[in-house]
Amino acid sequence: MKRIGNIFATKWGIIGVGAVIGILAPLLQKLGNPANMGICVACFERDIAGAIGLHRAGVVQYMRPEIIGFVLGSLIAAYVFKEFRPRVGSAPIVRFVLGVFAMIGALVFLGCPWRAWLRLAGGDGNAIFGLLGLVFGIWIGTLFFKAGYNLGRTQPTYTSVGWLFPLIMLGFLALRFIFPPVDGQAKSGILFYSLKGPGAMHAPLLVSLIFGLIIGFIAQRSRFCTTGAFRDLILFRQTHLFSGVVAFGTVAFITNLILGQFHPGFVKQPVAHNMTIWNFAGMMLAGLAFALAGGCPGRQLFLSGEGDGDAAIFVIGMIVGAGFSHNFGLASSPKGIGPHGMAAVIIGLLVCLFIGITMREKA
Amino acid sequence: MANVVDARGLSCPQPVLMTLDEIKKVNSGQIEILVDTDTSKENVSRAAESQGWKVVDIQAEAQEYRIIIEKD
Repeated sequence: MKRIGNIFATKWGIIGVGAVIGILAPLLQKLGNPANMGICVACFERDIAGAIGLHRAGVVQYMRPEIIGFVLGSLIAAYVFKEFRPRVGSAPIVRFVLGVFAMIGALVFLGCPWRAWLRLAGGDGNAIFGLLGLVFGIWIGTLFFKAGYNLGRTQPTYTSVGWLFPLIMLGFLALRFIFPPVDGQAKSGILFYSLKGPGAMHAPLLVSLIFGLIIGFIAQRSRFCTTGAFRDLILFRQTHLFSGVVAFGTVAFITNLILGQFHPGFVKQPVAHNMTIWNFAGMMLAGLAFALAGGCPGRQLFLSGEGDGDAAIFVIGMIVGAGFSHNFGLASSPKGIGPHGMAAVIIGLLVCLFIGITMREKA
Repeated sequence: MANVVDARGLSCPQPVLMTLDEIKKVNSGQIEILVDTDTSKENVSRAAESQGWKVVDIQAEAQEYRIIIEKD
């Protein structure tokens, strides 16, 4: 008889993991990352999209090592604990589209669920409406789950297939080493960099990478998920993942207090706007898309690291979605939502409803 | 013969949803759940225990786990 035997998967395990991330994320801000953005999976994937020129928004271009670390840390954990399971084939095109709209929604709010918590922990009151929207979107997702929504089964595949996304991340890391930022230059080799704005703010490369690897490792073990937290609470009344996320937010708040990074208010918050309805609606769209795709953007990275090719497609959808967001004026800025942000959120919600309603197994 | 729930290849939260549906249906006895990831194994075990069921055995096979849960 084999019992669970994974201490990270216990209640205290997931609380511990949330707490560690709650310390590391504000520390990354102290060490150079943008304010209330120690870790933002959506923002950092958007910065990567900028670094490789998928959009040309000059202030958000940086090859973020944290994202690379998340995937590779998870890959290492999956191999150490024999959990690497190469698998593909569960509605990849749907996952891609969900990834695109998850990113579009997140960039209307200006942050993924991770950053929503970090914004709140840094005193940004606008995050409350983002989190409410997130929960509302996830709640809509649970209605679809109850009605039989299902993306279908994956199939086991070749080991090399599971390695493709981690290899892409290794390639990105190699590019970051080969073409490091040059003072005063917006381009180094083939990579784009920001001279000002959030893209110009980053912790030292090795710190970002190591913190990313640590988080990737422990999050793979614990299955930390900022969307599953609310989904399981609503769907099953289970507090397991939720307790991890609460630990993350609480410890980040305490760490911010210690580091002098807590500045309560609604106006002039860093990399944020205070258009309440669109903070809510953007995250509602993102939350629904994350729920339908089976996990938050961080979790999708960790799954990609343990061989899940469909999660990798979702991540690629998010990176491409960042391109759409900035090229088409969908993304918000501290001045407010983009010229076409409203239309994009409405279209995204309609697409998610279409997916949720039509992808049901007939009972 | 136990009731079998085949949740192989399905992602969160499907394996737990299917297990809880089966638990509701049969109320007591034995259920066998097939999953293919450690995450699903942990989630299904946790969900079953939260419903007062006992995880009596988890058999690891090539690419999957066979979880046996029971309630008198």
